[in-house]
Amino acid sequence: MDAPRVLPLGDAAAVVSFGDEFSEAVNDRVMALAGSLRERPLPMAVRDVVPAIASLAVHVDPRRVRVEALIEALAARAGEIARGQAPSEGVRGAAFHEIPVRYGGDEGPDLGDVAAFAGLDAAGVVARHAERVYRVYMLGFLPGFAYLGQVDPSIAAPRRSSPRLDVPMGSVGIAGRQTGVYPQVSPGGWQIIGRTSLSMFDAASGRSLLQPGDRVRFVAERR
Amino acid sequence: MSGFTVIRPGMLTTVQDAGRFGFQHLGVPAAGPMDWWSHEAANRLAGNDFSAAALEITLIGPELELTGSAIAAVVGANFELAVSGRPLPLNEAFLVEAGERLAFGTRRLGARAYLAFAGGIGVPDVMGSRATHVKGALGGLQGRALRRGDTVPLGGAGEATLRPRATGIAVPHLPLAAPATLRAIEGPEPCQPSFWESTFTVSPHSDRMGYRLEGATLNAPGDHLSSAVAMGTVQITPSGTCVLLMADRATSGGYGRAATVITADLPVAGQLAPGDALRFRRVSLADARDAEAAMRARLPEAAA
Repeated sequence: MDAPRVLPLGDAAAVVSFGDEFSEAVNDRVMALAGSLRERPLPMAVRDVVPAIASLAVHVDPRRVRVEALIEALAARAGEIARGQAPSEGVRGAAFHEIPVRYGGDEGPDLGDVAAFAGLDAAGVVARHAERVYRVYMLGFLPGFAYLGQVDPSIAAPRRSSPRLDVPMGSVGIAGRQTGVYPQVSPGGWQIIGRTSLSMFDAASGRSLLQPGDRVRFVAERR
Repeated sequence: MSGFTVIRPGMLTTVQDAGRFGFQHLGVPAAGPMDWWSHEAANRLAGNDFSAAALEITLIGPELELTGSAIAAVVGANFELAVSGRPLPLNEAFLVEAGERLAFGTRRLGARAYLAFAGGIGVPDVMGSRATHVKGALGGLQGRALRRGDTVPLGGAGEATLRPRATGIAVPHLPLAAPATLRAIEGPEPCQPSFWESTFTVSPHSDRMGYRLEGATLNAPGDHLSSAVAMGTVQITPSGTCVLLMADRATSGGYGRAATVITADLPVAGQLAPGDALRFRRVSLADARDAEAAMRARLPEAAA
């Protein structure tokens, strides 16, 4: 395993990069570091720990932390994990969620386009989308928006060439090997194949249904 | 309870505290002030903790009628300021009595001013912060900018310590140079050297999320897997356009991150308006730290 690179992101954050591969193995390393930082926080004024698909960023209070010290601490921790000296449970506490989806129709206007991309009928796309257990690789873009992967290559249609201005809340989309649920109405370019009524994010409490590392399966609702 | 009624809302007047931290891993944007120095200075002059909620005023200021007397201070962009027709000083604390109207007039310099009231602005805490994120409809007053007729309570930031000062302070980063220079740390995805030699203009398609920069187009350093961004991060889109991410940026992005503006110069970025020119200058982390300490040393004395 290559040692991760730790680089500054300005003078108030640093990024630990585990390469540029969209894979469970790489995301495991991200989640192991995230888990370790949760169990044993760095002894400095950390504002946010943000795991991503193949990297992890730590934002600090620039009043109180030198980024050089942050970079050193992150490199040391990542090294301990790589050497097995800091056993982390990794995706500890990862929950499993089933998300009911109404596929197609007005709520899934791009199901036909994805079917054309795949050379399948709509039912075939639904079957392939709903058969896999996906991992939450990261959250971003919007509060509670989870990047789930990886989608079966046959239905991994690219983003729409012209994004929509108002993708409705609960819309389930595909963008390449990624799939996800829009937690609120938003502009967006993903191929929308269905909709769920589950609430993904509660702003009042800051509770997100999906957490980094969780597992998800979509279940076709009978219409 | 003391508060104010909005007579004129101004162009974009939002409640901002120091920002919403601790939820970025769930995709919750930090928001907070575009110009932290002016926000913190206004709070200090009003006797508040640096992180108290204040109003961020953009390009065209509001007119507010006080329902109770309050100590306040305005720092940042240079506006004409008056209370019930009487001119008021910028950059120092003043008293507004119940029933008086605090009115922002012509803007002379800069883009954003901060109006802090002693005790802060009493909107509910959402995920530990009162900062408004307009696109996400989070925080502040019902997740939006102020509107005519809104009634906004003061208080909630704890007891303010009143320390009247005879003289005002100076805003160290105004007036802006033309072009303004933003010092930045390179990477994590460095782009071609001409980035550091180019002069850019803030496009009209700019807001609290970020500024689209016109002028030079660059070779995109290549997209990468979505990864975290910070305030001040310069992304290069696939078409080669630079975007300077500001307070309401999303937590992550998939474009190359050419550089990130240092903390000391974020207030400069926050005072840029569409049409303003800027360039970037590469500095070291040591330079960034010295510059931040120098900016901080120019703040008025903290309360308590």
